[in-house]
Amino acid sequence: MSVSTADLKRLGEMKAPAGLAERVLAGAGLADEYARFDTVIGAVFVAWNRNGVSAAARSRSAHEFEEYVRADVGRRPLRPGTPSAEMSQRITDELSGKRTLRFDLRGLTEFEQAVLRKAREIPYGQVRPYSWVAREIGHPSAVRAVGTALANNPIPYFIPCHRVVRADGVIGNYGGGGPEAKKAILTLEGVRVQQLAELARAGVRYQGVKTTGVYCYPTCHHARRAHERNVVWLHDVNEAKSAGFRPCKVCRPAAA
Amino acid sequence: MDGVEHVFERMVHDHQDRLYALGYALTGNRHDAEEVAQDTLLRAYRALVRYPPERVRDLKQRAWLHRIAVNVARNRYRRPGPRMVELNGSEQDAAPGPETRALQRLELDGVAAALACLPERYREAVVLRCVQDLSYAEAAEVLGQPIGTVKSNVHRGLRILRGENDERFDS
Repeated sequence: MSVSTADLKRLGEMKAPAGLAERVLAGAGLADEYARFDTVIGAVFVAWNRNGVSAAARSRSAHEFEEYVRADVGRRPLRPGTPSAEMSQRITDELSGKRTLRFDLRGLTEFEQAVLRKAREIPYGQVRPYSWVAREIGHPSAVRAVGTALANNPIPYFIPCHRVVRADGVIGNYGGGGPEAKKAILTLEGVRVQQLAELARAGVRYQGVKTTGVYCYPTCHHARRAHERNVVWLHDVNEAKSAGFRPCKVCRPAAA
Repeated sequence: MDGVEHVFERMVHDHQDRLYALGYALTGNRHDAEEVAQDTLLRAYRALVRYPPERVRDLKQRAWLHRIAVNVARNRYRRPGPRMVELNGSEQDAAPGPETRALQRLELDGVAAALACLPERYREAVVLRCVQDLSYAEAAEVLGQPIGTVKSNVHRGLRILRGENDERFDS
């Protein structure tokens, strides 16, 4: 046959077969390790590497977890590993509210990383609306994008996307197992989900405390320790302002 | 250490297609092509972890990887025993799909088979210059030959591929 330079050029445009990069990275010892952990929320598969935890899911089997990581999280390869005692301890700690884990968020966009880091600042047993995350990371109008970023959280439970809820009292979607799972995890953390939903449906967003003159999100640590007789329920920021309240500096219900 | 890992992960993603194509053009079959690409990248990693950071940073990745790959491929086609030249495209493809793809595959296999018939020095020169689109200077650097030698090898290789050859192969 006669071969032209155009033929040769096309040969140079070939694509490597799927899986090649994964095999190379695994061969170089750069694959993430993973293991199953028994935790307060049940069995959780967790993947990690030198940079930190890279993925988590409540998969039914190791195979299902590997598939999930390949399809949903990214192309990093996985191999079964043995976690150190310290690692196991940190996983337990993290799920009971102590923040000790490090995370590997490479592969996510700057925006996604900012959303997830912000979600991690929400304390155990508390919730914030999506709009709070959006405002806090400097993109107040990107509420929907925040929702998407949280839905694609590769490390649910550990990066607590379940603590971000809709302001109108609807629990909101949850990538870690649907709204019911979200409710269950929040309940486990001591959030009174039902009561919150009723308040939100009645249009109540904030809780003011007469003795301090401060208003908070209802789950804020400072709101919860107030005496019931001192509590004022507030519908919006303007109402709070005209009643003489200032926003809490900890939960930041409004830009202070 | 973390830095090198990062560099390497990028390198794998940036160069895997080019190295696979190079392996295919040099060895003439997909199985060897995959192994050439893998071996090249793994050798590169073993070298990178030993390099000082400045050297990693200033590395001309494309030329460097091509040089490793040419050596890896040579070890394959120079080893004793019959060489495999793919004729029917029966192996698994990266993106299996409709008929057009199958047809393109067959054409590519034909091109690779024609390259496989070239003497080694012509094949390497033609592949680096025309398949991989390196400049003559880069190809000369990769092969460790003077530019003039590369030019004339490319020229002769292309003549044979076009079927204009009347001299007999002499290697």
